[in-house]
Parts: sequence; structure tokens; C-alpha cells
Amino acid sequence: MTNITSTILMTVLLLNFLILGTSRLGTCIRVVALQGALISLLPPLIHGANIHSYLLAGGALILKGGLIPWLLFRAIRKVRIRREIEPRIGYISTLMLGALITASAFIFADRLPLLPEHLHSLFIPGAFSTLGAGFLMLITRRKAITQVLGYLIFENGIFIFGILLAEAMPLMVETGVLLDMLVAIFVMGIVMNHINSEFSSIDTEHLCLLKE
Amino acid sequence: MMESLAIHLLLLFGLSPLLSGIIAKTKALIAGRQGPPVTQLYLDLWKLFRKDMVISRTTTWIFRAGPVVGFTVPVLAAMLVPFGATAAPLSFPGDPILFIYLLAVARFFTILAALDTGSSFEHMGAAREATFSVLVEPTVFVAFIVLIRVSGAFSLNNMFGAVTTGWLLFSPAGFSLAIIACCLFIVLLVENCRIPFDDPNTHLELTMIHEVMILDHSGSDYGLILYGAAMKLLLSGTLILNLLLPFQGPLILDMLIFCGGIAALAVLVGLVESAMARLRLLRLPQLLIGTTLLSFFALILLLR
Repeated sequence: MTNITSTILMTVLLLNFLILGTSRLGTCIRVVALQGALISLLPPLIHGANIHSYLLAGGALILKGGLIPWLLFRAIRKVRIRREIEPRIGYISTLMLGALITASAFIFADRLPLLPEHLHSLFIPGAFSTLGAGFLMLITRRKAITQVLGYLIFENGIFIFGILLAEAMPLMVETGVLLDMLVAIFVMGIVMNHINSEFSSIDTEHLCLLKE
Repeated sequence: MMESLAIHLLLLFGLSPLLSGIIAKTKALIAGRQGPPVTQLYLDLWKLFRKDMVISRTTTWIFRAGPVVGFTVPVLAAMLVPFGATAAPLSFPGDPILFIYLLAVARFFTILAALDTGSSFEHMGAAREATFSVLVEPTVFVAFIVLIRVSGAFSLNNMFGAVTTGWLLFSPAGFSLAIIACCLFIVLLVENCRIPFDDPNTHLELTMIHEVMILDHSGSDYGLILYGAAMKLLLSGTLILNLLLPFQGPLILDMLIFCGGIAALAVLVGLVESAMARLRLLRLPQLLIGTTLLSFFALILLLR
């Protein structure tokens, strides 16, 4: 545990496994919120104390750690579900796939032509494996709400990746991305409500049976 | 050598029954009860060893061998593990494998003894025990592989010796070792039939694993089983403590740290038991495979 940044990144990686392995939606949302809050601490740690990084960190912390989880909790209260039952691929296989993705992220990251200061940091493998975990959630789960969570983890991965570029990227772009995410969650919430009112559950499997 | 042997035997026989007392006391205090005295297991053992045994006529010598092996194997295995700064009396390259398989032999004989009773109820427990032990073993193996990789040594003595020469968390391999320590803690809970996996106090048919296998044992045989289980708890705790605590000071201080650490670990187990409900049987393999994957992850981190 060399410094705080790599500790945070390691924790994020471990949280990925926790999300992939749990079936309780409440836990899932809390863990995703924790993950978001943790990675929002990264910009000031990497780029030092300036307004840019503080704004970014503050925005991400409020959105990822507060507002979005609150919206999701509200959503699961409304549609009255507590846990994801029978995902498309079982939990054990999902966990194994997650481990495989993490391992290949580490291998892949070592082969990329990176700047020397990024070469042995955990940022690249962390970002890739978080992306992979998000993808896995999106693909393997049936309920719309866990898919939204997958999308959030995916976005967390992009955020970790983006931190490396934070100096080159204007603040405007990043706040735009964060806002996009918020809007996306809103839209997904509305979609979820519609699926729920149509089929009296938010199982996306029903969408395969749509007729005119 | 003689000194370390003496310390090992003293701690193993003297201290180990205290641990389950500490766990029970912690649970009782958290539940707001007074609970049995910490020395309850000593009293139980004293009582049991003076009692006669009732042995079913359908059983063979295997039924008697189960408790004996279950008692001797932890003693043998403890000879391979350093207790804090006290080096293990026996040590040779490759002893982690012997350590794991010694514990497997103990489990094998417990299972055989349970099967030997001919009761289908005990067979059920034996089947569960076999399943879970299969799932636990890879975690322990990968954990030892990580330790071998960190220390470059192949005997438990040198492995832990290299690891414990400083505070773990500040070394470059610290994170892997921390993960391994967590995995070993879960292994401790499984191996010693602690609550998220198995409730040592229940006698409910559907959920028992270890308890059901020893139902037919009585008297001194039962005492041997309890004593062996207590020593196994001390042994599993030792693996974790060797990872987490630095031992460099004078011997007395190290022993005090070690005993304090093992008591703290027992309190921690008690806390976990009070805070958690037992998991469903179907969820247990998932958790155990999760720990295996976590220890693999620790290995990946080291290899890059």
C-alpha cells in the first residue's frame, strides 16, 4: 500500500467484485455510491489542490455519492423490489468472469504504450477492469435497475481513465459528462417506471415479447 | 528449538480452550447477557475426560480413530507454524503443503467417523463438510503461493519470518497481504464452523455441518474433538496474526503481543458472530469461490 491513491484504486477494484457477487439491490446501490465517492477523491490527490480539481471532485462526489444513489433508492422503493433474482449468468460465473476481466485488464495495461509516469500506476488496469465489470453487469442482469447500476460502474471506469487526462481536458467537458450521466439516470428512471407500469415488473426480458 | 517446542506446546494446550470462551463471552456481552465464564471449555473438558463413553455397536475402529486423529493432527500441524516470533520447531522446504494436507487428513477422519455411525443424519453433515473443505482448500493454497512469492521462501517458518519483519501495510506487497489476511479470516470462520457458515451452538437439522458429525461421540472422545477444534482455531488465527503483526522485540514482548492478538481475533470472531446471521447454505459456495478469486487477485497484483 504505497500511497493513498493506489489504496483507493485497489478498494475500487475490490468493490467491483462485491457488486458482481451480491444479489441485494440495496447493497449494490450503496457499494456503487461508495465507489463513486471514492474515485471522486482522486482528482485533488493526483493534480494537487486547485480550483479545477476541487470543482471536479465536489461535483462528482455530490452526483455519484449522493444524488444518483438517492434517486436509485427512490426508484427501488417505487417499484418495490429488493433483490435481483436469477441473473442471466449465475453469480459465481459472473464473479469468475469478473476476475478474468480484471486479470486481463492488468495484462493489457502493461502492454499499452503509456507515458512513463503512468506505466506502473494502477490507474489504467483499474479503469479497464471497472469498465469490464460495468459491461458485465449490463450484459448479465435482467432487471433494469441493475443494468442502470452497470452503466454507473462503467461510467466510474471512464472517470478513473479521465482523471489521467484531467489537466488536458477543460472543466466544461467533464461537468458536461457528469450532467449527461445524471440526465441518463433520470431517463432510465422514467423508462423503468414505464416498464414497471406496463408489465408490473422491471424485468427487461419482457421487452423481448413486445407486439404491436 | 527446545524452547520453541515448549512455547508451542504450552500455548497450544494451555491457551487454545480460552479462545472459544472469549468468543462466547463476547457474544453474550453483546447480546446483553452475562454468559458462561471464559474458562468454560476447560471445565467442560475436565468433565468430559472423566466420563464413560457410549459407543454404538454398529461402529468400527474408525469411529474411535476420528477423534484421536482430530486431536493429534492440530498438534502436528502446529509444529510447522511459527507462533509470532517463536520459530516453528519443525521446518523444511515445502511444509505448507504438508500443513494443508495434515488438516485435510483430520477432516477426512472426522468425515469417516461420521459415516461410520451409519446414521443418515450424520452422513448429511459429512457431505456438507466435504463440499466446503473442497472449496476452502484453493484459497489456502493460493494464499500460501502469494506468501511464497512475497518472501521467496518455501517453508512456513521463513515465509512468515520474512513477512513479519515490519508493519505489513507499508510494504509494497502490503495490499496483497492484506487481501490474503482477509481471505484467511474467512477460511478461519469456515474451518472452525463459525457463524456465517455454521453455527456451533445450534442443533437444528437443516443447518448443522460440523456439529452433526460429532453427535454420536461422547465422553473423552467428545472431549478430544472439542480440544482439537479449539487448537485448530488457535492455529488458523496464528496464520493471520503472523501476517498482520510485526514481531521484532524481545521474546516476552512478542509473546504478549501474540497472545493479545489472538485474544483480539477471538473477540473479532465474536463480533462477527453477533452481527451476522448465518448465510443460506446455497450462498456459501459463492462466498468461498469469491475468496478464492480474491486471493488470485492478490497474486495477480504481485505478479505484475
